[in-house]
Amino acid sequence: MNVTLRIWRQHDRHAAGRMVSYGVESISPDMSFLEMLDVLNEQLTAAGDDPVAFDNDCREGICGMCSLVINGIAHGPEELTASCQLYMRHFTDGDTIDIEPWRSPSFPILRDLIVDRSAFDRIIQAGGYISAPTGAAPDAAAMLVPKKDADRAFDAATCIGCGACVAACPNGSAMLFTGAKATHLGALPQGQLERNSRALAMVNQHDAEGFGGCTEIGECTAVCPVGIPLDMISRLNGDVLSALRDNTT
Amino acid sequence: MVELFTVGETIRDTKAPGGPIQEQWEARRFGAKLINPANRRKLSVIIVGTGLAGASAAATLGEAGYQVKSFCYQDSPRRAHSIAAQGGINAAKDYRNDGDSIRRLFYDTVKGGDYRSRESNVYRLAEVSSAIIDQCVAQGVPFARDYGGLLDTRSFGGVQVSRTFYARGQTGQQLLLGAYQALERQVAAGTVEVHTRHEMLDLIVIDGKARGIVVRDMVTGALETHVADAVVLASGGYSNVYHLSTNAVGCNTTATWRAHRKGALFANPCFTQIHPTCIPVSGEHQSKLTLMSESLRNDGRIWVPKEAGDGRDPREIPDGDRDYYLERQYPAFGNLVPRDVASRAAKNQCDAGRGVGPGGRGVYLDFADATARLGRAAIEEKYGNLFDMYHKITDEDPYQVPMRIYPAVHYTMGGLWVDYDLESSIPGLFVVGEANFSDHGANRLGASALMQGLADGYFILPNTINDYFVKNPSTEAIDASHPEAVKAVDAVRARINTFLTINGARSVDSFHKELGAIVWEYCGMERNAEGLQHALGLIGALRDEFWTNVKVTGANEELNQTLERAGRVADFFELAELMCIDAFHRLESCGSHFRTESQTDDGEALRVDDDFAYVAAWEFTGDNSPPKLRKESLEYHNVKLTQRSYK
Ligand SMILES: Cc1cc2nc3c(=O)[nH]c(=O)nc-3n(C[C@H](O)[C@H](O)[C@H](O)COP(=O)(O)OP(=O)(O)OC[C@H]3O[C@@H](n4cnc5c(N)ncnc54)[C@H](O)[C@@H]3O)c2cc1C
Ligand code: SF4
Ligand code: FES
Repeated sequence: MNVTLRIWRQHDRHAAGRMVSYGVESISPDMSFLEMLDVLNEQLTAAGDDPVAFDNDCREGICGMCSLVINGIAHGPEELTASCQLYMRHFTDGDTIDIEPWRSPSFPILRDLIVDRSAFDRIIQAGGYISAPTGAAPDAAAMLVPKKDADRAFDAATCIGCGACVAACPNGSAMLFTGAKATHLGALPQGQLERNSRALAMVNQHDAEGFGGCTEIGECTAVCPVGIPLDMISRLNGDVLSALRDNTT
Repeated sequence: MVELFTVGETIRDTKAPGGPIQEQWEARRFGAKLINPANRRKLSVIIVGTGLAGASAAATLGEAGYQVKSFCYQDSPRRAHSIAAQGGINAAKDYRNDGDSIRRLFYDTVKGGDYRSRESNVYRLAEVSSAIIDQCVAQGVPFARDYGGLLDTRSFGGVQVSRTFYARGQTGQQLLLGAYQALERQVAAGTVEVHTRHEMLDLIVIDGKARGIVVRDMVTGALETHVADAVVLASGGYSNVYHLSTNAVGCNTTATWRAHRKGALFANPCFTQIHPTCIPVSGEHQSKLTLMSESLRNDGRIWVPKEAGDGRDPREIPDGDRDYYLERQYPAFGNLVPRDVASRAAKNQCDAGRGVGPGGRGVYLDFADATARLGRAAIEEKYGNLFDMYHKITDEDPYQVPMRIYPAVHYTMGGLWVDYDLESSIPGLFVVGEANFSDHGANRLGASALMQGLADGYFILPNTINDYFVKNPSTEAIDASHPEAVKAVDAVRARINTFLTINGARSVDSFHKELGAIVWEYCGMERNAEGLQHALGLIGALRDEFWTNVKVTGANEELNQTLERAGRVADFFELAELMCIDAFHRLESCGSHFRTESQTDDGEALRVDDDFAYVAAWEFTGDNSPPKLRKESLEYHNVKLTQRSYK
């Protein structure tokens, strides 16, 4: 199959960017979307042009590195699918496909389709952990964790930190990411002691990074490649309120 | 013919304390000099890599009060390749009361490694395995639990006990997030500084000691010098020398290879593990391969059509026309034979023309019988996520048609040589995780890489590096202006300029693909002297072409992914040659290393303990000069050497 790509090209953080069209021919439907971009890049290299820069590493949907807005949708048209898990068989011969980076003032563009997501690391630094220095741990069997809590924590912990939720949110909010971390750690008995302070610290950092507020629109969960549900944000809000209450009493 | 290698002095001291094996680690810890907390603040450590090994080491050394600088090439430490591990992590907890113990985990690991690992290290690994699980649970790693709230385990990789802890199919992700969060906590505490999107391109050695690294800021292209009192490499394995592997596409050997060139011995580079159950290559465009967990072999049956070229839909091929070759050849273990045996058997079937799917490189893994026996719901419950992943990639529904699988490169047992303290042959350079050669011998057992990475980072390195600091006080304050540092930066800059000015006709990727195909063909599942020599010729010629005909577009002073890859592929060339030389010299079959010249009458691997019970540690002697073989002989006082048999 043949496709036309319209791709955001931007040399660096400070340069102006624009959409540029490229044709790619003889694409196999069994190629992944990123393999199709590899083909384009081989083509550009042969012509002496700069290949398109895009983030990727595991190419199996787990590292959270890939980050393409495809035809206006973060991670593209397939549900529960990261950009790297998308296959060309979901497109049609002759299609024109738009490819853009995550758009958010908190994720500055570094080049072409690559953005800076270090704000996420700083949210975790603010409190996204359980304080458990190496060596101080009791025997793992000393604490029972109800299966439903362990499962809930696990579901939240599957967040791959990709940032699609931010890219999709009309407010540019990162509350789904933050809520997933608060839920992961807050669902476990080990995480109770720091539960409220953790939530508050993360939300404060979230705001300081310039991410917008959540108005429960739900675009985030619709594009999330692992299906983090919206109620994890409610969970976070509950913890934050408790923290504020603790602080005032 | 020119000599492929020379033989140097035997390695005598591994620093393993003598005495009964179960007392050695305690003895070493007691013998190691301690540093008081106030003085730790004055000591700095560079850690390259933020996977399980690097993140756990950085967090722990940060907690201890050292000044830590951590580096990774991704945009966040959380994205290291460890994130992709699926199956689980071993620990000798014996929560199942099924006869597990430190001794049994030790024994299984030494035997699984086909008696090519160092006893003292493996015993210590088994000893600390329990504490890893405790540590991870305390951090909030959501391991699988049973309805009573207790930790669940499963059995994995052909052992008879149930000692593998897991978090659904995402164990690596959960363990890494635990270590990453501990690391970020130390960043907030001010003890660790993380440099993401920074790639180490050289090691700085001053007065014979590792004192720093040269890194490239991958966004601006700036070359930076970082100095410290010690350097730790946690940069992962080199599977991508084969181009196609189950590793993340950015995994590379640059950090370890550059250190090798600066004097660190590289041990057993030819010990590379091929995993039997991966999704086959679908075409020329393939950029990586995806693992289908080993656990599938518990219920799936592997077969090929008896008749070469039988093109029927697999569901229409009657049982009588199918060859369940593993069940036939290995009645005792059947589909559960170890990884190396299953992989080679699949290759043999495909070589004989009985393979299925594109290019005939695939065999069926069939769940029809298991579905009939257990019901679809049970299969879904156990393997649902894997089936979905398979479906997504191949567009075939494994509930309806058998999966097609083929072996793929997965893990590298070889790596930089380290002693019992995890210190390389360059004083002050420590190596942890998959980057070192240590604990898995010639073949790694499932669920033991995660265990080793975390053992190294949480518990072993933090108890040995202090001894180095006390015994090697840095007398001279060093900064970027030191002549050795300047020399290293200049060399890196010159190399980058060379890449950018060759301006040839072929892309970096085309070279990587061709190199990978050569290594896979001649230094993959089967090796022999003739093939390896042929490969060395091909690699040399291709390497020469690379340095005259590669095309790297753009400039250094910008985000330039082609330039990044060029450096990695250039290092893979050199490593590939060493792998072939190592494979050539080891005229025995052991673990993952199968030499066609060394097999039993019925075609099984034949180990030659009298000649090869040693670690082959290679010394770099210069470009175009043959590497020097340094042997560390392996002595077994606590296990008896036997030939493996799975018939
Ligand atoms: C698909 C898959 C499934 C697996 N499943 C299991 C399993 O179930 N159980 C098990 O025990 N093992 C498993 N393994 C093996 C295991 O995951 C790895 O061996 C292990 O995670 C390696 O960890 P590491 O910390 O040594 O290195 P990695 O996690 O590979 O981390 C390497 C780090 O080094 C950095 N780095 C590399 N080079 C440079 C450089 N030049 N400059 C700067 N930084 C650099 C990277 O950025 C990264 O942070 C699996 C492997 C694969 C591929
Ligand atoms: S919540 Fe979902 S979309 Fe947001 S970072 Fe996590 S995985 Fe990505
Ligand atoms: S490349 Fe890792 S999630 Fe897509």
